[in-house]
Amino acid sequence: MRTIEVQEVTKALAKMCLEAAYYLPEDIYAALVKGKETEESPLGKDVLTQIIKNADIAKSEDRPICQDTGLAIVFVEVGQDVHFVGGDLEEAINAGVAKGYVEGYLRKSVVGEPLFNRKNTTNNTPAVIYTSIVPGDKVKIKLAPKGFGSENKGGIKMLVPADGVEGVKKAVLDIILHAGANPCPPMVIGVGIGGTMDKAAQLSKKALLRKITKRNDHPEYAKLETELLELINKTGIGPQLGGTTSALGVNVEWYPTHIAGLPVAVTISCHATRHAEAEL
Amino acid sequence: MSEKIRITTPLTEEQSRKLKAGDSVLISGTIFSARDAAHKVMTEALARGEKLPVDWQNQIVYYLGPTPAKPGDPIGSAGPTTSGRMDAYTPTMLEQGIKGMIGKGSRSKAVVDAMKKNGTTYFAAVGGAAALIAKSVKKYEVLAYPELGPEAVAALTVVDFPAIVVIDSEGNDYYEVGQKPYRRL
Repeated sequence: MRTIEVQEVTKALAKMCLEAAYYLPEDIYAALVKGKETEESPLGKDVLTQIIKNADIAKSEDRPICQDTGLAIVFVEVGQDVHFVGGDLEEAINAGVAKGYVEGYLRKSVVGEPLFNRKNTTNNTPAVIYTSIVPGDKVKIKLAPKGFGSENKGGIKMLVPADGVEGVKKAVLDIILHAGANPCPPMVIGVGIGGTMDKAAQLSKKALLRKITKRNDHPEYAKLETELLELINKTGIGPQLGGTTSALGVNVEWYPTHIAGLPVAVTISCHATRHAEAEL
Repeated sequence: MSEKIRITTPLTEEQSRKLKAGDSVLISGTIFSARDAAHKVMTEALARGEKLPVDWQNQIVYYLGPTPAKPGDPIGSAGPTTSGRMDAYTPTMLEQGIKGMIGKGSRSKAVVDAMKKNGTTYFAAVGGAAALIAKSVKKYEVLAYPELGPEAVAALTVVDFPAIVVIDSEGNDYYEVGQKPYRRL
């Protein structure tokens, strides 16, 4: 049994909020640079140049890449031999998010209740938290702040087994075409296949945590990722004003499902696909 | 890219009607930020017959909710938000005399019809280029609804703010024009 003070979680998360907001991950940056080289539309090239310049400014001056510094999505893997002391884990996570967003001059984009009152909570909490128990005595924290320009364009489709691979491709493409230039392309696409409606949605979020340069371990899903990326880059959406660089990467995660079902969920992320990690 | 057109606010209907989809522009002067919550509050105020805190005649609205300014800076990161969320309120707001809108993404048919009627131009700034765009903002002053936080209505003094005309006052849509040659499905 290993004892961990929850204050350590708070401290780690506060730091991660800043890292995620200011520094674009290297795989995304490299894909933008490559996209600029291969983009066929002159205006698309110009947009990509501005997006790269923006990432450079954000990094060198410690400024948020995007004004929408997102809703904090926190994935916590807790080793089953860990004993948290010093307070409530969820409160400690939210305290870390609040500290990061307030002290880091990040935008507070959370309303305390979604429908009737919609009052800003002023510290960007609560986060959306996914906790899982894993073997070992370590705690892994992954933060993925999610902007809502792209989040609003995600979707889910409850396909049936007969729809097959072509059905999955069509469902993903329909969601992307409907999103158009709204989610600040070039996009990064997370796809969750299988499980239940909620499980597929959660998988599509988890998919975005993986580097876009790393393909799914399962060869058929790896092939599907490559084919979906090619398909999406033929939509013409491009880097916002048309072109051939509509998406930088497609990551698919899957889970066993029911004999009657084939759920497909798509989370769209913008070119500012941000995340940070820590291990305690 | 074509030569950039310089625009100084206020923007008259005559000037707005000359702009064509695909034109690159640099905007200088004062523009006004308002997004979801401010649009709701303003259209509700109009429905009650109240006067708005900003005289929108010949002005440009920027769909923006910036990050807080670091000490010594005029503003934090300041890129455009998705315009489509404002569509429900936009025809009402255009009746107030707005001649330019800056945001990102597509607009509804009702908005395009209202643009044609009022001679309004819709500009797009590069979505997500928020740290870069902030360099063209020299001053940010909250004018109304400070309780809305990042969604407050503010006056922004801008110099050479970069944007592209995506829908002109005749309804030509540059998203469609720009995407078509590259759609190979």
